[in-house]
Amino acid sequence: MIPAPFEYHRPDSVEAAVKLLSDFGEDARVVAGGHSLIPMMKLRMTDFGHLIDLQAIDALKGIRIDGRRITIGAMTTQHEIIHHAGLATAAPILAEAAGQIADPQVRYMGTLGGNVANGDPGNDMPGVMQCLDATFHLNGPGGSRVVKARDFYEAAYFTARAEDEILTAVSFDTPAGGQAYVKQKRKIGDYATAAAAVVIARSGGRCTAASIAMTNLADTPVWCEEAGAALAGTDLSAAAIEAAVGAMDRAIDPQSDNRGPAEFKRHAAAVVLRRAIAAAAARA
Amino acid sequence: MSKMHITLTVNGKQEELLAEPRELLIHVLRERLSITGPHIGCETSHCGACTVDMNGKSVKSCTVLAAQANGAEITTIEGLGTPDSLHVLQTMFREHHGLQCGFCTPGMITRAYRLLQENPDPSEEEIRYAMAGNLCRCTGYQNIVKAIMAAASELNAVKEAAQ
Repeated sequence: MIPAPFEYHRPDSVEAAVKLLSDFGEDARVVAGGHSLIPMMKLRMTDFGHLIDLQAIDALKGIRIDGRRITIGAMTTQHEIIHHAGLATAAPILAEAAGQIADPQVRYMGTLGGNVANGDPGNDMPGVMQCLDATFHLNGPGGSRVVKARDFYEAAYFTARAEDEILTAVSFDTPAGGQAYVKQKRKIGDYATAAAAVVIARSGGRCTAASIAMTNLADTPVWCEEAGAALAGTDLSAAAIEAAVGAMDRAIDPQSDNRGPAEFKRHAAAVVLRRAIAAAAARA
Repeated sequence: MSKMHITLTVNGKQEELLAEPRELLIHVLRERLSITGPHIGCETSHCGACTVDMNGKSVKSCTVLAAQANGAEITTIEGLGTPDSLHVLQTMFREHHGLQCGFCTPGMITRAYRLLQENPDPSEEEIRYAMAGNLCRCTGYQNIVKAIMAAASELNAVKEAAQ
């Protein structure tokens, strides 16, 4: 259980890290907290000669709330998200989701940037980011650019991030309405069997807008526009909720694996979505 | 691959060594520095037996590269108490039978230490949530939770008496 040899780099600026990525090309990988990458390295399922550790880059750290806009540096840990007072008010879904990732030790090391950039369908934050319509900030040799979370994921481990780019931050507006992240997992530390991120805005008892995204039910996170639309304009009646669940069921594509047969995952997806809608509506 | 010059502060003592970047912190602690309190259980980030305190965080030292830890301050079970002067957590684990075989105990106590630094008066539910990254195959956890609650009360009583 010892990784194959590599050279280690600890740059102290985004520019220096991007330069290393450009210089070494496909032979380089960046590491944030390392709790997805290092287990793969120990299993010898990776193949690179240069590891670029982002821990010393201060520009990648911290949570900023400017009015309605929230910006979270890529190297912000799940632990920091859980304990951030401003975020608890502005976007409590972040801490709710972060608190269900892995276990305490992993959350001290695991970062938001690593979670969203890795492209593992099991990661929880990609679905949350799609639900919130977040923007991902990338930096490469040609400068910086942004990609919407809803456009970022192409397939398992394939994203819109180019090989020589680093994801530096995510940003999103304070969600309007109640939020919930409900996750079904086999045990502490496991990825989701099914999870749902929901934001519901209400006015005078009616749902005015809703956003719904699902985790680990396809090879990418699934933001389901039709499911949200099925709730908007309704009084969140049982019929409206079942219409949303039906739209979600048509959008996901779960595969049978050691977390259960695809039919079971569809069942679990419906359960977590109903619970997340109820929780988000109660908080709206 | 070239070796790196690595500096660590382990239990208050400055340590310098040469290591390949791929070496894991648990291996450096156990094999280079003969600090064998942190155990290798699963070696896959699940069991928590290798838990140490790194820069004020509980980490699984089987999933931290020596290179990542370069410059860090590390506390292991050896830094919390000695056989002659046990840490309150160690005393309470003994009193409340918070261990049987003892293999998970250094990781449990090191994790519980950080929990009580962050939350000096945790509820039973908070303890179970905060200890979820440490597995014990003997106790059924009940007495581990009791031991941590007892340690918290003892530490708080000492703090109050001092004020």
